[in-house]
Amino acid sequence: MTRQTLDFPNVESLKRLAISESGFIFDPVTGNSFTVNHTGRAILQLLQKTLDMEQITKRLQAEYAVDAPVADREAIEFANQLRGCFQ
Amino acid sequence: MTDKLLTVAITGMNALPDNPGPGLAVARCLREAYGDGIRIVGLGYDALDPGLYLGEYCDSVYLLSYPLNGSELLLERLAEIQALEKIDLLIPCLDAELPLMVALAEKLAELGIKTFMPNADQFERRAKSRLAELAEASGIAHPELKALANPHFFRECEKEGWPYPLVVKGVFYDAKIVANPEQAAAAFHSIASEWGLPVLVQRFVAGEEYNLAGIGDGQGVLLGEVMMKKRAVTSKGKAWAGVATADGQLAEVARKLVAELKWKGPLEVEVMRDAKGDYQLIEINPRFPAWIYLSHGVGRNLPALLLELAMGRPAPAMAAPRPGTMFIRHALETIVPLSLFENLMMQGQCIPEAKG
Repeated sequence: MTRQTLDFPNVESLKRLAISESGFIFDPVTGNSFTVNHTGRAILQLLQKTLDMEQITKRLQAEYAVDAPVADREAIEFANQLRGCFQ
Repeated sequence: MTDKLLTVAITGMNALPDNPGPGLAVARCLREAYGDGIRIVGLGYDALDPGLYLGEYCDSVYLLSYPLNGSELLLERLAEIQALEKIDLLIPCLDAELPLMVALAEKLAELGIKTFMPNADQFERRAKSRLAELAEASGIAHPELKALANPHFFRECEKEGWPYPLVVKGVFYDAKIVANPEQAAAAFHSIASEWGLPVLVQRFVAGEEYNLAGIGDGQGVLLGEVMMKKRAVTSKGKAWAGVATADGQLAEVARKLVAELKWKGPLEVEVMRDAKGDYQLIEINPRFPAWIYLSHGVGRNLPALLLELAMGRPAPAMAAPRPGTMFIRHALETIVPLSLFENLMMQGQCIPEAKG
């Protein structure tokens, strides 16, 4: 499996999300709402621009001063949670 | 010169907490749009229908003859009310009365009462028992459905390829999800006693329910669609809180149905969004839903749109959808002087006390 097939929800589902500064997320198509922490919000905002795992981990490393494995793990865990939230 | 105020009669004032009729919400929408520029006549079937006592929405109220008593008595009563009120437009809001109202449309017009309803053929084609036929003609997915004259089906249905859970439904109203033959038989008898035969059984679709309200212009065009997902429900599964959504795919489902039927009047399309994200048609209600006040909340006041269409005026511009707008219901006590209740019980009419 390449990093690019990390099974994030499809990009259209992610792009339509309304992401509030508070971490409150609203999906206008399904009417579902979620809450995320600061890191989750940052990843979601990145995902709205790209699903490229390498770019995401680089941005996480730069923004949160963490090494690559930690950034990778955070993104993978978050992707797993996201899959459960979207059809 | 003083112009007579437009008088609109609305049925379905039974705004009960666990299963509200839509009439009061329709009246609220019209009051929001026109203020005191229209008169609203509330029509109910029971002296304890809560909307009948709300003077801020109803200028006068009347009891009608129950649909069970037939169309002649209903027409007779509406003619009596017409002589007093000079109703311009009638908006029927209840499933059980709608077949009679549709059949009476021409006679109501002769009395000077306009309506904006489907014809008998359109009305019949969207019936729950014919939903599969309509869905197939419109190219829309739907769960299989059977009409039952007795509950024997539920004993052996799993062997016939109908596994539980199933949905048991009345021809006009009500739906219960059942998990075994005992629950199914109980639901069958309960629904049959209230809504008559046949009772319908529908395959259960796992997923999330979405509802869409709109108005068909009678030429095949859907106007002003408003979509909603329930966020909290009553013990009867009715929306207690909901959130407006916006999905082009769901709007397209409704457009296809309205185009196929050339539907005229309000409607509510109920669908399930299955695990693949596809919509399956569950039913079509031939009226505004009880949550129609949300249409005012999202800038698409559908009862006001219906009034304009019925009066032959240009349709007002609709705002863009506002997904994320929520509604939450609450229970409220109205203080009622005994004399009002007495008037409704004894005379079948009263003038509710104005607010404030």
